[in-house]
Amino acid sequence: MLAHPDLTTLIFGRLTLDQLPLHEPIVVGTFIVVALGALALLGAVTYFRLWGYLWREWFTSIDHKKIGVMYIILALVMLLRGFSDAIMMRAQQAISFGHSTGYLPPFHYDQIFTAHGVIMIFFVAMPFVTGLMNFVMPLQIGARDVAFPFLNNFSLWMTISGAVLVMISLFVGEFARTGWLAYPPLSDIVASPDAGVDYYIWALQIAGVGTLLSGVNLLTTIIKMRAPGMTLMRMPIFSWTALCTNVLIVAAFPVLTAALALLALDRYAGTNFFTTMLGGNAMMYVNLIWIWGHPEVYILVLPAFGVFSEVTATFCRKRLFGYASMVYATVVITVLSYLVWLHHFFTMGSGASVNSFFGITTMIISIPTGAKIFNWLFTMYRGRIHFEVPMMWTVAFMITFVIGGMTGVMLAIPPADFSLHNSLFLIAHFHNVIIGGVLFGMFAGVNYWFPKAFGFRLDPFWGKCAFWFWVIGFYFAFMPLYVLGFMGVTRRLSHFDNPDLQKWFVIAAFGAFLILLGILSMLMQFYVSFRDREKLRDVTGDPWDARTLEWSTSSPPPKYNFAFTPLINDNDAWWQMKQHRYQRPSQGYLPIHMPKNTGAGIIMAGFATVFGFAMIWYMWPLAIIAFVALLTTAIAHTFNYERDYYIPVDEVARVEAARTELLASHV
Amino acid sequence: MALSLHQRYTHSGYLRVACPEAYLVSAVSLPFLVASPVMSMKALRGLLLPAVALLAGCHTVIMSPSGDLAVQQRDLIIDSVILMLLIIVPVIALTVLFAWRYRASNKHAHYDPEWDHSTMLELLIWSAPLLIIIALGALTWVSTHKLDPFRPLDRLSEGRAVPASAKPLEIDVVALDWKWLFIYPEQGIATVNDVAAPVDRPIQFKITASSVMNSFFIPALAGQIYAMPNMETQLQAVMNKPGDFEGFSANYSGEGFSGMHFIFHSVSDDGFAQWVAQAKASGDALNRDAYVKLAAPSSNDPVHRYANIDPTLYQDILTNCVQPDSMSCMRHAKPAETGAMQSGSAANSMAATPMSHPQ
Repeated sequence: MLAHPDLTTLIFGRLTLDQLPLHEPIVVGTFIVVALGALALLGAVTYFRLWGYLWREWFTSIDHKKIGVMYIILALVMLLRGFSDAIMMRAQQAISFGHSTGYLPPFHYDQIFTAHGVIMIFFVAMPFVTGLMNFVMPLQIGARDVAFPFLNNFSLWMTISGAVLVMISLFVGEFARTGWLAYPPLSDIVASPDAGVDYYIWALQIAGVGTLLSGVNLLTTIIKMRAPGMTLMRMPIFSWTALCTNVLIVAAFPVLTAALALLALDRYAGTNFFTTMLGGNAMMYVNLIWIWGHPEVYILVLPAFGVFSEVTATFCRKRLFGYASMVYATVVITVLSYLVWLHHFFTMGSGASVNSFFGITTMIISIPTGAKIFNWLFTMYRGRIHFEVPMMWTVAFMITFVIGGMTGVMLAIPPADFSLHNSLFLIAHFHNVIIGGVLFGMFAGVNYWFPKAFGFRLDPFWGKCAFWFWVIGFYFAFMPLYVLGFMGVTRRLSHFDNPDLQKWFVIAAFGAFLILLGILSMLMQFYVSFRDREKLRDVTGDPWDARTLEWSTSSPPPKYNFAFTPLINDNDAWWQMKQHRYQRPSQGYLPIHMPKNTGAGIIMAGFATVFGFAMIWYMWPLAIIAFVALLTTAIAHTFNYERDYYIPVDEVARVEAARTELLASHV
Repeated sequence: MALSLHQRYTHSGYLRVACPEAYLVSAVSLPFLVASPVMSMKALRGLLLPAVALLAGCHTVIMSPSGDLAVQQRDLIIDSVILMLLIIVPVIALTVLFAWRYRASNKHAHYDPEWDHSTMLELLIWSAPLLIIIALGALTWVSTHKLDPFRPLDRLSEGRAVPASAKPLEIDVVALDWKWLFIYPEQGIATVNDVAAPVDRPIQFKITASSVMNSFFIPALAGQIYAMPNMETQLQAVMNKPGDFEGFSANYSGEGFSGMHFIFHSVSDDGFAQWVAQAKASGDALNRDAYVKLAAPSSNDPVHRYANIDPTLYQDILTNCVQPDSMSCMRHAKPAETGAMQSGSAANSMAATPMSHPQ
């Protein structure tokens, strides 16, 4: 910096006009579409005078229900971006054979598969999971909010900030071309001198703050804020999985933060943690990133298991089979998930004993996972299964997931992994468990809890369309990849010489097209459901005749969730209350202590975004200003003493009376 | 090697046709196999042969490899699948059966809303997977040690021990940006993107990389192993059939990654001598300057041959000392250690401890 006392460099760092991809028609086209869409959205918000409403009721809200919904909106928006990447890759691989090099040069293709992985894991799966936990868990344990409501809002906006940085990389500079875990030496400053890896580092670091804080928050909530009588062994399974997931988040994400911080030091300060010289060792990064990375898989899939447990019991109209064994299975998976990370790189050359140890621990995880599958199976046994959309996702999950589990155990055998590692077989395997496990679970969860959040059900016709397109599309898209893996085809190739492979890639591309129809059906489902909301209205608060506490309150729930803190005697608390003909109390209300909305979270995350952007482009003065502003806002917020208020008895009584009247009118 | 890659494929005939029927046949035949769990693994594998044969007929290289190591890895894949299908098939079948039988509209089905526990069933659902994992775990422990890529071979193929006189052919492999360099220290030659070895002769690959991580993989021969800068991994393997087989990098390494493939020629002893002579005839020498030029990033490189090599080049690449005065050369401080720590795992085969100061 001092060597170039040029004012432009000082202010703009290494960002120049050349970094705008004006010469790339695909990117410019995308930018125009995104910009027009954004303008239309902003225009509509302004025209309908929604800014104040959005700011007061949503952006600054510290209500866990609204924050949960916003997380899921983020996940859906980023799903569109991540899926665009997917379909571009599928198209490239379906046409890039022999003399044709396809339409994407490696420079773009390599960014696309990196962005696809990063977005799908960090900005689709994670917000989906966090959003569902945020919305459902406090209701399920009878709490009025999470333990640290402001932190919750801040976490959301930090996650969005990371997503914004990834999106900016599409139009300013480029994203990493390293694969989604950015192994050095490829990601070090010598091999990747441009801003791509820095976008990666800062997007994940900023979003990681959000994830970690949200983990602390939800963990504390579950430990400290359960309704009286709800012992741990009476807690609904979804809350149990949320507990275990947040334990994993709190224990695993700091490792990611540390690994990325060391990588950033290598890139910014010239240290040699992961370089190949002066004592650096890239293998250390690979270990660290997977010590985070493998628990991350369970961070995603455990809440999905929780959703399936709730959905199965509800739609089979039957108690969950083997509650205790389900809980133990979840805990065993949580612990074991720390003991398997090395199976991601058996091929790095560890000795046979080390490899076998990690191979066998990996296989052991399939025992509790198998027990869970059996528990759902025996919940269906002697049940009355109502095949609503969430239950359809559950059955599809059970069949799909066991196939993914089997291929996973195949990969856990080190010598077999030597043949299959990094091949399309591996790609097929983890999409099999992440789509078939996590995404199916999230879709089941969204269909299941949507009426709780908005007071009307999602349209079942379009829900079933989405289901069939997604499930059939999944099999078309990923079964060919298993075959290609057996044919020795490796991942991340943008061009192939062997023309015989092409038909399999064409089938996979067709599968991706079916999934596209699935996604469009989902969007249609949201639109149609909103249009027909009066027809789909649920006034009971319990449209599925469900079993857990969240269904005892109104849909959508009042701000305070529960007028009276419920007393729990059973792990199907609401079912038991219904069995005993529970009567809602209609008097004796007390004022309810509630947290107040605040804009501090979104402002701080805004500064974090600016800080990240400035660090990426070496704009040191701006980075310092943004960081100081961030700290100042944080400190200033600690002097905000008007953080809470009481909902007066009158208002509680009025809201509850309105509900009583509504219920009475629809008997 | 004037043929284009495309021609090579149709010419050599590996990885050729994949037929979708294989899917169907294996899917149909598997449940029958599972129905006979008392049979020995070998008999089961024999029964599975129709499916495997079809996949093999489809030339999926992983399922019909030509090197002994890869064959054993293939067998392991099949054995583990059979073991797991013992539990997977009943689960899928029961899922479909229960979903159908206990549908809400079927009022004949028994409905028992309070039934949520059965000690017998709980024992079963934990112990059945446990037993299978115990079997798989034992299989894993034994096979991982037996098929460790660093371990010298003890057989050429089933029933054929390695002759006591056999000396493995050493091939030093360097992954460059973005091509493969093969150095034959014994023959004193080197090649780019082309490698050959006699049929049934044990090969000892010593593998490293120039800048970033790659993975050295010839699917028909044996499993892959990472190629990492300043570190050496090894692969001990043997090819049992003659032919041309594809090899490539199986770990993404940057822009030219897609073009990082080469042909492995498995030939007779005479054929190998001819292949070496071909390199000898090229006249080029692989000295340090030629290496530095070669190591510069380039994509889709043609085959190149070198008639003679600088004998210390591979060690210099491994220790970052191709340019001996470079700051990162690891050999100044402790020259004696070079090459002394090259057995065992990659972690302890870093060629030498790095020096702390360049002076």
